[in-house]
Amino acid sequence: MEKIINITLKVWRQKGPKVKGDFETHRLEGISGDTSFLEMLDILNEQLIHEGKEPIVFDNDCREGICGMCSLYINGHPHGPDDLITTCQLHMRHFNDGDTITVEPWRSAAFPIVRDLMVDRYAFDKIIQAGGYTSVNTGGVPDANAIPIPKVDADEAMDSASCIGCGACVAACKNGSAMLFVSAKVSQLALLPQGRIEAKARVKAMIAKMDELGFGNCTNTRACELECPKGVSISNIARLNREFLTAKFND
Amino acid sequence: MYWLFNSSIGRKFIMSISGIFLVLFLLFHLSMNLTLLFSTDAYDLICEFLGANWYAIVGTLVLAGGVIIHIGYGTWLTLLNKKARGAERYASSNKTKTEWAAKNMWVLGFIIFLGLVIHFWNFWFNMQFAELIHSPNAVTQGSELVIALFSQPLFVVIYLVWLVALWFHLTHGVWSAFQTLGWNGKLWFSRLQVIANIVATVVMIGFAAVPLFFLITK
Ligand code: SF4
Ligand code: FES
Repeated sequence: MEKIINITLKVWRQKGPKVKGDFETHRLEGISGDTSFLEMLDILNEQLIHEGKEPIVFDNDCREGICGMCSLYINGHPHGPDDLITTCQLHMRHFNDGDTITVEPWRSAAFPIVRDLMVDRYAFDKIIQAGGYTSVNTGGVPDANAIPIPKVDADEAMDSASCIGCGACVAACKNGSAMLFVSAKVSQLALLPQGRIEAKARVKAMIAKMDELGFGNCTNTRACELECPKGVSISNIARLNREFLTAKFND
Repeated sequence: MYWLFNSSIGRKFIMSISGIFLVLFLLFHLSMNLTLLFSTDAYDLICEFLGANWYAIVGTLVLAGGVIIHIGYGTWLTLLNKKARGAERYASSNKTKTEWAAKNMWVLGFIIFLGLVIHFWNFWFNMQFAELIHSPNAVTQGSELVIALFSQPLFVVIYLVWLVALWFHLTHGVWSAFQTLGWNGKLWFSRLQVIANIVATVVMIGFAAVPLFFLITK
């Protein structure tokens, strides 16, 4: 049986980065449980446009959980109450008839609000630009099995690489720390031979950038891994600490 | 070595090392307390060793250094993190199911610090400090002080509250220290948490044993 619900939305509205924002309340009737959260916002926006009002601004792109563009802090959780999914994969069946749903933007000093629910996550790109890549010339394409990579390492590297850079870890963190994101980006390269060559310079540059951009200091509360839509583990943060400390002590 | 002060991981490294040092000291302190349950003479002997002798004074200074660094860095990091978080709070609050202690380390640390002040006023002030300033009231029989203090239920309660705060602080602090040093992985995570809980519980029960013993027997 299809679930049909009526809901009240409390949405954060803010005209610009420096303007004071506030919550706006809207009623939505007859929402199907199969509607995704973003589709529900689309329906609301259509309603607003018909009423001659400004639609709500929110980030999104792929709508299938792979691009990391969608955000939204829904009822006390980044990406909503369901585990291991992004907001675009969240469906209205997780809510009940008569619910009031609070929707807020990511809140962290390093992610300033652009408008309404959209925040500026350019800080993440700057961290990647500081060193989250390999620039070594690997020559012609080698045989796939020329450099054996242990299965555990390959698996862990893949797990780290599943980070989509959404920023939910920062949004969930009471310290506004970006350590889970940075650790995933450092780990995916540090675990593989191609990434080892520049590993020391990379970790130092990325951490320096992260600190410079005003992200906080991780205190291991684990809020990040509990809210990460891709289940990136804090064992990556331990690896990041290890990589950074050995790089610095070897200087 | 400048990175120890101006990088996030460097600062956390200092928190971690100073924290481990303080935990080791707690275990050392605990081993001495427990002698009191068996023999007051042995305890008083230890108190005499640790009076106003040069090695005890050096030890005290090193320890004070560790405490100051740990509290100083903890406060500094907390302030930096508040700033990084930004002024805006979530209206729907934060419902992530994190450990309570992990999010309240500074508050717990502050309670521990208050306990420390009382503890110093109860003991150190009357013992090593009094000896140092050659006060005629200096107490060398540590056991007398302990027994007198813990026959008062009020102080037993204060010390127990103090120990509970310490327990919470350690359940997070101990595994967190290793995580910060980079000693963690998917497998070690649960092991380190178990170790942290054991250390915290041993410290709490061990230290609580002395006041409770004297409250009940006196
Ligand atoms: S670590 Fe997880 S929460 Fe953080 S940016 Fe990557 S996918 Fe998003
Ligand atoms: S819109 Fe691409 S992950 Fe949600």
